[in-house]
Amino acid sequence: MTLERLLILSAILFSIGLYGALTKRNAITVLMAIELMFNAVNVALVAVSRYVVPYGLRADPLLPAEEVLLTVLTGQVFAMFIIAVSAAEIALGLAIVMAIYRSRETIDVSELNLLNR
Amino acid sequence: MTFFILIVLTLLGWLALVTVGLFAIVGFQDGVFWTVAAASVATALGVVLIQDLFKAALSLVGTFLLIAALFVLLSAEFLAVVQVLIYAGAISILIIFAVLLTRDVAQGNPSNKLQIPALITAVLGLTAIVFVVLRTDWVVMEDVLPSETMDRVEMVLATTPESIAGVLLNQWVLPFEVASVVLLAAILGALALIREQEDDA
Repeated sequence: MTLERLLILSAILFSIGLYGALTKRNAITVLMAIELMFNAVNVALVAVSRYVVPYGLRADPLLPAEEVLLTVLTGQVFAMFIIAVSAAEIALGLAIVMAIYRSRETIDVSELNLLNR
Repeated sequence: MTFFILIVLTLLGWLALVTVGLFAIVGFQDGVFWTVAAASVATALGVVLIQDLFKAALSLVGTFLLIAALFVLLSAEFLAVVQVLIYAGAISILIIFAVLLTRDVAQGNPSNKLQIPALITAVLGLTAIVFVVLRTDWVVMEDVLPSETMDRVEMVLATTPESIAGVLLNQWVLPFEVASVVLLAAILGALALIREQEDDA
């Protein structure tokens, strides 16, 4: 049950983030909710790589080489790349929000409908 | 005022008692997991539900720190440090600065007209994921690996800060370098977007 409860926790956090990203009108809150979703995905990745047998170990469980053993860390490496990408995303996203705020005096995403006119 | 403080202290005492009781019943690791899980869901709900934007951002910082605690429980210590440095340190500072620099803070944290469809979507997605997770037959390492191999795996997991360097700079070295280019591009893009426009241009 250890893996399942972690994955369910991650799914709950992801759903909360999804709800926030879909409903909030302030652009900064939308970005915050997206960060929440990134974090939920990271939890799921680390949990799966901590508990599930990697492919190499499944093929040769008795005397695996060192490289095969290290594949239990793949999920953590993925999570690290996600953290790097989300850092870039939040920096660019907030820069765009500030640029919009400077030109239009609002960051309400319901009023940002330039393409709809 | 004194009465109020007494009530808060009593409630905190009961909370501590319940937590200690939980730890005694389910064991230390499970107790920590359930506490951290409940607190992280509560702070995540706070991000969505708290009306004051600044407090919502602080709640998000709480979620980041609790998820770092989860990473420690999963023996991903290096990732926990990275999480605290980058999420709880850098990203939250960026978000709080953006909150302070925009005047829309006064309007709070309003929702749009999509609340009910979004709630249905989120709950449906959650149900689907939980269903799939519970129906899948996970092949867990502790169950299938012979004990000698399991000891070596635990050795790797106990020394993640060392071992992860070998993985990151051998097998994943190309994505690692690409990530640095992505970050550089993000810095340049953010600078170009946020720069003051010259009036006489």
